[in-house]
Amino acid sequence: MKLLSFRLLALPFLLVVGLILAGCHSATPLPFRLTNLTGHMPQLEFTLTNDEGKTVSAADYQGKVVLLFFGYTHCPDVCPLTMAHLHVVMQRLGKSADGARILFVSVDPARDTPAVLHTYVNAFDPHATGLAGKPRAIEALVKRYRSAFTREPSSKDGNYEVSHSSAIYVFDRDGNPRVLFTPADKQDDLVHDLQLLLGSGDPR
Amino acid sequence: MKHAPLFALLAGLALAPAVHAAAADHVHATHAWIRVLPGSLPAGAYVTLENDGDQPVALSGARSTIYADVMLHHSSTEGGMSRMTMVDSLGVPAHGKAVLAPAGYHLMLMQPNAPVKPGDMVKLILTFTDGSTLATDFIARPANALDDGGDHTKH
Repeated sequence: MKLLSFRLLALPFLLVVGLILAGCHSATPLPFRLTNLTGHMPQLEFTLTNDEGKTVSAADYQGKVVLLFFGYTHCPDVCPLTMAHLHVVMQRLGKSADGARILFVSVDPARDTPAVLHTYVNAFDPHATGLAGKPRAIEALVKRYRSAFTREPSSKDGNYEVSHSSAIYVFDRDGNPRVLFTPADKQDDLVHDLQLLLGSGDPR
Repeated sequence: MKHAPLFALLAGLALAPAVHAAAADHVHATHAWIRVLPGSLPAGAYVTLENDGDQPVALSGARSTIYADVMLHHSSTEGGMSRMTMVDSLGVPAHGKAVLAPAGYHLMLMQPNAPVKPGDMVKLILTFTDGSTLATDFIARPANALDDGGDHTKH
């Protein structure tokens, strides 16, 4: 009984401490190696369908360090290479990778259904989730991060490519944009910055 | 004297047919692999081509009994945008090499008529601009592979 009342009292206290810490965390400058996005872009916000067919929003990923990437499954070269690199990054993070989530947002709403995305992302890494949505919802998210994509003209067999931004946007556990990773950046730097955000590795 | 360069050119042309063997005869293919994606999604094929001949050659594409369509593509990233473009051919310099690798040149394999699984060997017939061909075995690798896996099988 005593234990229970202590717990009941402790809960709001812990919540307040948690909020303060969370607030401090987002304000605290971290020695990032990649391009620092802190304060330069809006918080993570979207409503899309995950690869299990469920409607999800940014709030569902609260508490996770999010790696946001725009791509499409009919992309045979650059998208799978990026996903393969992210798989290596997740392996290098070890156990702490469980605190991170790769969000692969499809810029090809016509072909990428949740089912297609599900088998696709799982072929790369268990920490990846595919997100699909109506063209308008995808465009809104792409614009929010000043990204872009263009559907190229179809070939005679109806196949087409989608040119898209190659950057990966990294958000902290509170959904604040923190760093930008581009293909020109070093994988070591991404691992370093993710360790900072996940609170592991380098001393702070 | 002033006709010397022209003479050399004519002599070169006259000799050319004699020394000119089929492009494929001088090309060796190594590190041939395919990144297999789930379902019937298009896959990328990669290979290193070495030309030990005295003449440059050019790869024009490939054909396969498994994939209905194969295209030679080039990926590029400019101004933060990734795009793919179809290319007619890729030159392999005399005594030089051309590398088809992720985020650069690759063969895009489309519409497989049978499932291709990691570990499978897939024969692609590489075609050159002179019409010659080189049959090459490509190893199918998982989606999240970064290379042909050669380094991993050694230990």
